[in-house]
Amino acid sequence: MVDLASALSEAASSGAIRVEEAGLCGMVTIRGDLTDATFTDAVQAATGIRAPAERGMERVGANALLWMSPDELMLTCDHDAAGDLVGKLESALAGQHHLAVNVSDARAVFRLSGDDGAVRDTLAKLTPADMSVGACPVGAVRRTRLAQAAAAFWFEAEGEAMVVCFRSAAGYVFELLKTASASGAEPGYFAGD
Amino acid sequence: MLILTCPYCGVACDETELAPGGEAHLKRFGPGSTDEEFEGYLFQRENPRGVHFERWRHAYGCGKWFHAARDTVTMEVFGTYSAQVTEPPEEIRAKISAKHPGWSWREFS
Ligand SMILES: [Zn+2]
Repeated sequence: MVDLASALSEAASSGAIRVEEAGLCGMVTIRGDLTDATFTDAVQAATGIRAPAERGMERVGANALLWMSPDELMLTCDHDAAGDLVGKLESALAGQHHLAVNVSDARAVFRLSGDDGAVRDTLAKLTPADMSVGACPVGAVRRTRLAQAAAAFWFEAEGEAMVVCFRSAAGYVFELLKTASASGAEPGYFAGD
Repeated sequence: MLILTCPYCGVACDETELAPGGEAHLKRFGPGSTDEEFEGYLFQRENPRGVHFERWRHAYGCGKWFHAARDTVTMEVFGTYSAQVTEPPEEIRAKISAKHPGWSWREFS
C-alpha cells in the first residue's frame, strides 16, 4: 500500500487568522468546450453537478465544480474519490473532444479561516486581485498569483477561503500565508467591510 | 498600474497577472517576402505617445491571449478584445475617436 501524504502534512499557523494545509484533497482537471451543452451535460451526468457560471462554482455535498477558464473546470472531491470520478467522466465524455485528469497529488490546498475581513486582508497582502466582498463574493473563483506563485482561491463561506497552488510551491505559499497573517501585522483594511 | 479586463474570463487583471506580448496586429512576412518586408516584420515597431494596440496573455489566469487598446500617455484603457481578429473592432475604434478625433495607428484610424 502506498503511503499517501500531502505536501506539508497539514501544517498550520494561528495568527490573525488560522492557516491550515487541508491535507489530502481530490482534484480533477476537466477541459472541453463549456459553451457546448453536449459537453456540460456529460460533465453533469458524471459528477451530478451542473456546470458553474463564469468564474463561479457549484457544490453538491463533498464535490464541487469550479470555473477555471472558458474551456476548463476543476472538480474538487475527496482524495480517494478522484480516480472513480475520472472514470465516470471518461465514459460520459467518450467520443467528445475533452480531457479529464486526476491532478490531486500535483496540488496543495490551504484553508484560511477566521474573521472575514482578516482573511481578505491576508490575501490582499499577496495578490493584486480586489479582495472586497463585492469583487470577490462567496462562491466566486479567482485565479491569480500569491506573491510569485500561481494560485486560485474562493470563499466557501464568510470567513472561510480555500487556496490552491502547485504542490511544488506549497512550502513557499504556506510561508507567505503565515507571514501575511502574523499577529500584530493586521492592516484592518477589510475589517467591517 | 495598468488594469486590463480579460475578454475571455472577465477578470480585471492587474498588469502583473499578465504576460506582455508586444505590438498587436503584426502581419507576418516569411519566405518569399522582400528583405524590407521581412525586416519590418521582425524589427519595425510602433512606439507612440498616445493610442496604441498591444497583445497580452492572461498568464496567471485563464491563459488566453487577447488584444488591448490603450493610451500610453494617460494609461487610459479603451478596451480589450478577442485575439481572433486581424484589426481593432469598430466599437473600440469609436471609443478612441471619441477621445482622439482623427487618430491613426499604422493603417488603422
Ligand atoms: Zn482570462
